Amino acid sequence: MRGLLQRLQRLAEERLPALTRYRRPEPLPITLHRRRIYIVPSGFGLGFSLLLLVMLVGALNYGNNAALLLTCLLGAAAAASMLVAFRNLDGLRLEHVQAGHAVAGEAIELVCTFHSGRLRDAVRLDLGDTSTAFALAGTDATRVSVHLPTRRRGWQPLPRLRLWTSWPLGLFRAWSWLHPEQSVLVWPRPEASGPPPRAMTEDARHMQLHRGEELAAVRDYRAGDPQRHIAWKPSARHDDLLVKDFEQPRSQPQWRLDWRQLGGLEHEARIARLARWLNEAQAQRCSYSLWLPGNDIGSGTGPRHYARCMDALAGLP
Amino acid sequence: MIGRKRRSAAQVEVPRRAFDLLCLSTAFVLAVNATHLPWWLTAALAVVLGSRWWQRRHYPGRVPQAIKLPLLTLLTLAIVAYYGNLFGRAPGTALGIGLLVLKLLETDTPRDVRVGMSFACFTLMTALLFDQSMVRTLVVALGLVPALATLRALQPAQAPTGMARGFVPALALLAAALPLALLAFVLVPRLSSPLWGAPGRDQARTGLSDRMSPGAFTELLTDDRPAMRVTFEGEPPPPDQRYFRAFVMGHYDGVSWSYADVANAPAVALEVEQASAYRIHLLPTHRRVLPTLDVPIEAPEGAAMRRDRVVIAARPVDDALSYSLRSATRYRLEPELAARHQRWLRLPAGFNPRTLALGQSWHQQHGGDDAAIARAALALFHDGGFRYTLAPAPLGRDAMDDFLFGTREGYCEHYASAFTVLMRAAGIPARVVTGYQGGYWNKLGNYLLVRNSDAHAWSEVWLAGRGWVRVDPTAAVRPERVSLGATAAAGDQLDWYRRDWLQQFRNRWDIVNRWWDQGVVAFDALRQRGLLTPFGIRDTDTGTLGLLLAIGSSLFVAIGLAWALRRRQPRDPLREALRALEHKLARRRIVRHAGEGPQHYLRRAARAMPTRRRQLTELMQQYLELRYASDEPAPESVHAFRRAVRDFRTTNVVK
Repeated sequence: MRGLLQRLQRLAEERLPALTRYRRPEPLPITLHRRRIYIVPSGFGLGFSLLLLVMLVGALNYGNNAALLLTCLLGAAAAASMLVAFRNLDGLRLEHVQAGHAVAGEAIELVCTFHSGRLRDAVRLDLGDTSTAFALAGTDATRVSVHLPTRRRGWQPLPRLRLWTSWPLGLFRAWSWLHPEQSVLVWPRPEASGPPPRAMTEDARHMQLHRGEELAAVRDYRAGDPQRHIAWKPSARHDDLLVKDFEQPRSQPQWRLDWRQLGGLEHEARIARLARWLNEAQAQRCSYSLWLPGNDIGSGTGPRHYARCMDALAGLP
Repeated sequence: MIGRKRRSAAQVEVPRRAFDLLCLSTAFVLAVNATHLPWWLTAALAVVLGSRWWQRRHYPGRVPQAIKLPLLTLLTLAIVAYYGNLFGRAPGTALGIGLLVLKLLETDTPRDVRVGMSFACFTLMTALLFDQSMVRTLVVALGLVPALATLRALQPAQAPTGMARGFVPALALLAAALPLALLAFVLVPRLSSPLWGAPGRDQARTGLSDRMSPGAFTELLTDDRPAMRVTFEGEPPPPDQRYFRAFVMGHYDGVSWSYADVANAPAVALEVEQASAYRIHLLPTHRRVLPTLDVPIEAPEGAAMRRDRVVIAARPVDDALSYSLRSATRYRLEPELAARHQRWLRLPAGFNPRTLALGQSWHQQHGGDDAAIARAALALFHDGGFRYTLAPAPLGRDAMDDFLFGTREGYCEHYASAFTVLMRAAGIPARVVTGYQGGYWNKLGNYLLVRNSDAHAWSEVWLAGRGWVRVDPTAAVRPERVSLGATAAAGDQLDWYRRDWLQQFRNRWDIVNRWWDQGVVAFDALRQRGLLTPFGIRDTDTGTLGLLLAIGSSLFVAIGLAWALRRRQPRDPLREALRALEHKLARRRIVRHAGEGPQHYLRRAARAMPTRRRQLTELMQQYLELRYASDEPAPESVHAFRRAVRDFRTTNVVK
C-alpha cells in the first residue's frame, strides 16, 4: 500500500510538473504564499467533524435550538481555525540555510533562518523522519537547526524540507514544501588508523624564535615583571602600574601534507588519509600546509585553516 | 502526498497545561450538568476529578487498572440503581459525564486529551437538553473556551503565556466564529418531524396538575420561573380581571379536587358580551392543558375544547407553544344548567360534618337567594379571622372543618376548596377552577409575564340567570393577591432574594428571556419556512435554505480569506516624513511630479523658495543620506529628519 502510494507520488511528480512545481529546487529566500500552502483536515479533524455531525443531528432531532446554536458555534470555530492555520504559515520566509561541518556518515547541522512579520506558534520543520517544532518571534529572525544525515563526501544538495503546522486546534494541517537550491559540503571521513606523515621530521619542527616584539596587550603589574616591560605612558593614566604583555614564543612543528606523497593509494583512501593527518595536525595545534592537485594551501593554523583544507579535500573530484 | 509518518504517539507526554485545562473543562461540564444530576453523583465525580488532578501534579504516573475498572463498574451500577436504566436522556447524560471524568484517569497521551476534549464538548451540549434558557446557553458556550484552550495547549513550541492569557485567543476564535454560527443556526434546515423517537421526558412535571388538594400548590407558588407570556390585541384587562383558566374541577373526594377529561362532549353554551383577542406563548409544561384567559370562545389549532370550556391540546406541551385565542371577558356561561347538574352539588359522604352543617344553615337562613349565601361565605372569610399564608398548618381528615374552624390560615387552594364545599352544602352548584391569576405587565415589551408562582385557584358558582359566575374567595381575605399579584400577597414570608427591587429587576429582565424563548428556542421548521416572507417568498424550502447557507458561508469564507491573506506593509517612517514635506510644499504649489526623484524635486523646491533654500538643501542631503547611505538608517537620524520636517515652515516668519 505504502509502496504503491509512493510510486503514484513519483509518477505524479514526473507527469504533472505544473502541479508539483513546489518540489523543484528554488533559490533562497523562499517566501510562503497562498499558492504553495496546502491544507487538509488532520485525522483528529475528521473525527471531530464526525462528532459535530452527531451533535448536529441530535440537536435537530430533539428540536433543541440552544444545542444547535452551540454546535454551530463549535463548527464555525473549527472552520475558522483553518484560516488561522493558513495564516500561521502565510508570509513566512526562509532567508538562508547555513550548513555546519560534518564528515561523511555523520549528520550535518543545517541552521535555517526564518523571517516572520508576526508571532507564530507551533511551526514544525520536517526533514526526513525528524520533526522540529519552533515558535517565531515577531520581528527578529529565528534560527532553527535541523540535522541532515550524510553518506559520502562532497557536495550534497539540500533535500526537500516540509514546513507544517496544525496550529491552533490540531484540526487542520497546513504545510508547504521548501526545496532550497543549495548544496552543503560534506567533509571526507578520515581513515581510522594509518602511518604518520613522512614529512614530520625534526627539521620541520623548528623552533619559531618568536621573541615577541609585537605588543599584544597591557596587564596589571605582577611582582617579578622586568622593569623595561612596564608601560609607562598607560600607567600614568591609571592608579596601578601596567605591564606590556608580549606574545609568548612557542614551538610550532611544521607539517607539509602532500597529495603526491601518497602515490600508492587509491583515490578515496588518499583523501581519507589526508583527512586523518589534518585532524591530527589540528589536534596537535601545529602548523601545516596542504598540497592537492590544482590547489596549494599554504602553511597555517586554526579552525579556519583547517576548514579550508577540509573543504578542499571534500571538493576533490 | 502528505507522506504521513506514524511517530510513536504513546511516547509523547501530555503538557501539564493541557491536562490542567482538560480538568478545568471537565469541571465545567460537571458544574453545568449539576442541576439535573443527583447530588451524590456530582460530588463523587468531583472528588475523582480533583484527586486525579492532584495525583498527576504530585505523583506523575498512570492510574492502575485495578482502580479504573472498579470505578467504571461502580458508576454503571450507581446509574442503573438510581435511574433503573442506562438509556434515555437523564441516565445517558449521567453515564456520559461519568465516563468523561473516568477518561481523565487514563489520559496519558495527547490523543487521549483530544478524545476527552471532544467528549467534553458533547457533554456540554447535554446540559442544554434539560434547560434551554439564555443564561444557561451562554454559560455552556463559555465552557467551549477551556475546551479550545486545551487543544491549543497541546501544540508544541508556543510563546509562553499565563493560563488566563491562554483563554483570550480561544475566546477570540469563538467571537470570530459567531457570525458564521448565527448564519448556520438560522439556515440549517430544521426537521419537521424527528428522525427517531424524542427522548423520554423526565417524570418531574411542572405547572398545573389536574388534581388539587389544599397544600399541594406550595411548590408551584414558590417557583418563579415564567409559565407563559401573553400579548393582547388592544388593551390588556385590568390586573384584577387577569384570570387564566386551566382546569375546571368538579369532583371532590374529601381530600382533593380533580378534573375529569371527557372527550367528544360538546362545549356548553356561551353568550359573549365582551371579548378579548390575545396570544399566549406557553413554556413547556409536559401537560396537555392550555390555559386561556377567562372563557375561550373557540379552541386554537391542534387543541380541542372540552365540555366545560377547558382547552386540551392533542399532545403534551413538551416544547414552547404559541397559540392565539379569543376569549369572553364578560359573558354568560351555560345560562341553562344541563340536566346532569347534580355533579356540581355532589359531596363525599362522611367528610367535613361541621362545614356541611354551616352550609345547610345558610341555605335555611337565606332561602333561595344564592348570591346572598355566597356573600355570607365571603363575609366569613373576610371577618372570621382568616389569614393568608403560604405556609399553613397541616390539616387532618376533615380538612375543611379543620381549616374553617381550626387553623384558619391558608392560601388560594384552601379558600377555593372551602368555599366550594360550603356552596355545595348550601345547595348551590359550585366548582373549583385552577389556573393563573395576575402576572407582571412588561411595559417595554407590551406583554404580560405569568410565572408559575402566579398559579391560583378560585371558584365558580352557578346562579340562575347569570350562569357560572367567578368568585375568588382569596380576594376576600387578601385583596392584594388579586390586585397586586402573588408576590405582594406573600408579604414578608419570602426569602430575601425575592425582595421588591430584585423582583422588579427580574420582571424587567424577562423581556430578554422572552426574546430568547421566542426568537431562538421556538425557531422551528415552521418559523424557518416563513423566514423569507418579508422578501416575498412565502415558503422557504430545504433547497433554498441550503443554497442560502452555501452563499452565506462563502461570503464568510471570503471575509475570512481576506483577513488571512492580508499582509501588512512594513511601515517606513522615512517615506512618511517625506510625504509630510511634500504635503507642506504642495500648499505652496510645489507639487512633486510623477517619476520625479526626491533630489530633483527638493532642488526645484529650493529654487522656488529662495528664503528656504538652505533648509531645503539640508533636508535633501539628510534624506539622501538616510535613504541611500546604509541599508538600515539609524532610528535617531530618522527621528531627527522627521523633526526637521515637522519644524519646517513654508510661510515667511515675521522678523
